[in-house]
Amino acid sequence: MFKTFILGLILGLGGTVALAYYLPVVNQHREASLITFEANVGTTEVFHVNLPGDRILAGIHGPDRSYPAGLHWPEDQMFSGAQAELFKLRDRNDVVVGVASRISSGRGGAEEPIQWTLNLPARGTMFVLLNPAETGAGTRNGALHAGTRDFAKLSGSVLEQFSDNVSTSDAESTARIHLVTRLVGPQVPEE
Amino acid sequence: MRYLISSLLGLVVGVALFFVVLYYNPFAARPAVSPLAVSGQRLIDLTYSGVATETIAFINSGESIIKPHPDTISELWEPAVELSWVSVVTLTNALGAPAGIGFKFSSESERSSILQSKALVDSVWHVWLPERGGFFVDQTENYWSYIRDVVIPARWNSSDRWRGTWNRITTIGPNALGTGRVSGASGEFAGMRTEAVELLTTRAYSAVNGPVSMTGNLTISLPSPDEDAR
Repeated sequence: MFKTFILGLILGLGGTVALAYYLPVVNQHREASLITFEANVGTTEVFHVNLPGDRILAGIHGPDRSYPAGLHWPEDQMFSGAQAELFKLRDRNDVVVGVASRISSGRGGAEEPIQWTLNLPARGTMFVLLNPAETGAGTRNGALHAGTRDFAKLSGSVLEQFSDNVSTSDAESTARIHLVTRLVGPQVPEE
Repeated sequence: MRYLISSLLGLVVGVALFFVVLYYNPFAARPAVSPLAVSGQRLIDLTYSGVATETIAFINSGESIIKPHPDTISELWEPAVELSWVSVVTLTNALGAPAGIGFKFSSESERSSILQSKALVDSVWHVWLPERGGFFVDQTENYWSYIRDVVIPARWNSSDRWRGTWNRITTIGPNALGTGRVSGASGEFAGMRTEAVELLTTRAYSAVNGPVSMTGNLTISLPSPDEDAR
């Protein structure tokens, strides 16, 4: 009887170890990455934010200017002129794939870039810096400054484009911010 | 019948033994001393509150015991973001004065492993200090010791509360020394590549509402002017 107890104990211990080893603790939901390849450019991916539907938060200095109601943005004078926003980020199929923050100091100048953080939980994060000066109507250019996981070794350009009067999947949104990333991997030396 | 009962008993004891070894594993403890503290470099220390109701905003799926703040804010209920949460905090300097704003994006990591005592969270900070500039921090955090020393004891407690002092560095990577990567964006941080660690201090936790008293410290190592020149 003692032998069957020991056998059960080994089975219990070994089985739990095997389960803990093989069963994933976390399984992030993945949407298919909608990437197109352009010769001499790299991989292009288009993300967008529907406005105002995808705006989670907007922090603006001054009484009752922030969104949503009940949000208390710091009143210190150093934050005046700046705007910090948080959005849900969608892919080309209009499916939410991540969350993005955008900080603009409001001071302009190339030394004060507009900063975007595009966080895609299953893939990684892109930290993007944009020149505050518009290159066209509602268009700004910039570059991927740093990336994590899938984006860690990539580099390339990013374009921000604001479009008004667009039809979106939700009735309340009438505008859109497009973010177009054109990225390349590190150069591999030829053998 | 006796053999069946004894083997089942052995099975139960085996499973229980696994969890006991896992829970009391002494090798799972993380040091409370920052690897940056002995580097001799200049440091920036930024502090924030880890209690959701004391932040500017806290956004998650709404399914957690920690509720979104303010309660009018959108929830991250979509499948691709439901295992993620975002804290928007006021960062204060060593004197306790506001220094800037921080967005912390966190998501449960698929590299978590029960056998290796790793409850991993992939997190990034988007920090903007109006008088100094902005930067980005990429880090992997391990919350195993927090769950073992704070969350589980709070659940076991008859009043669903834990009180004490728990103080640990949660950053374990991605750098080799267990530090996070910092990429400077603007101002005095422009072009800077350096390291950071995050330390959490918890003094009270409720199994019903989450952290009751918690502060976080983000420490950034500043390269010396000589290194900048190189």
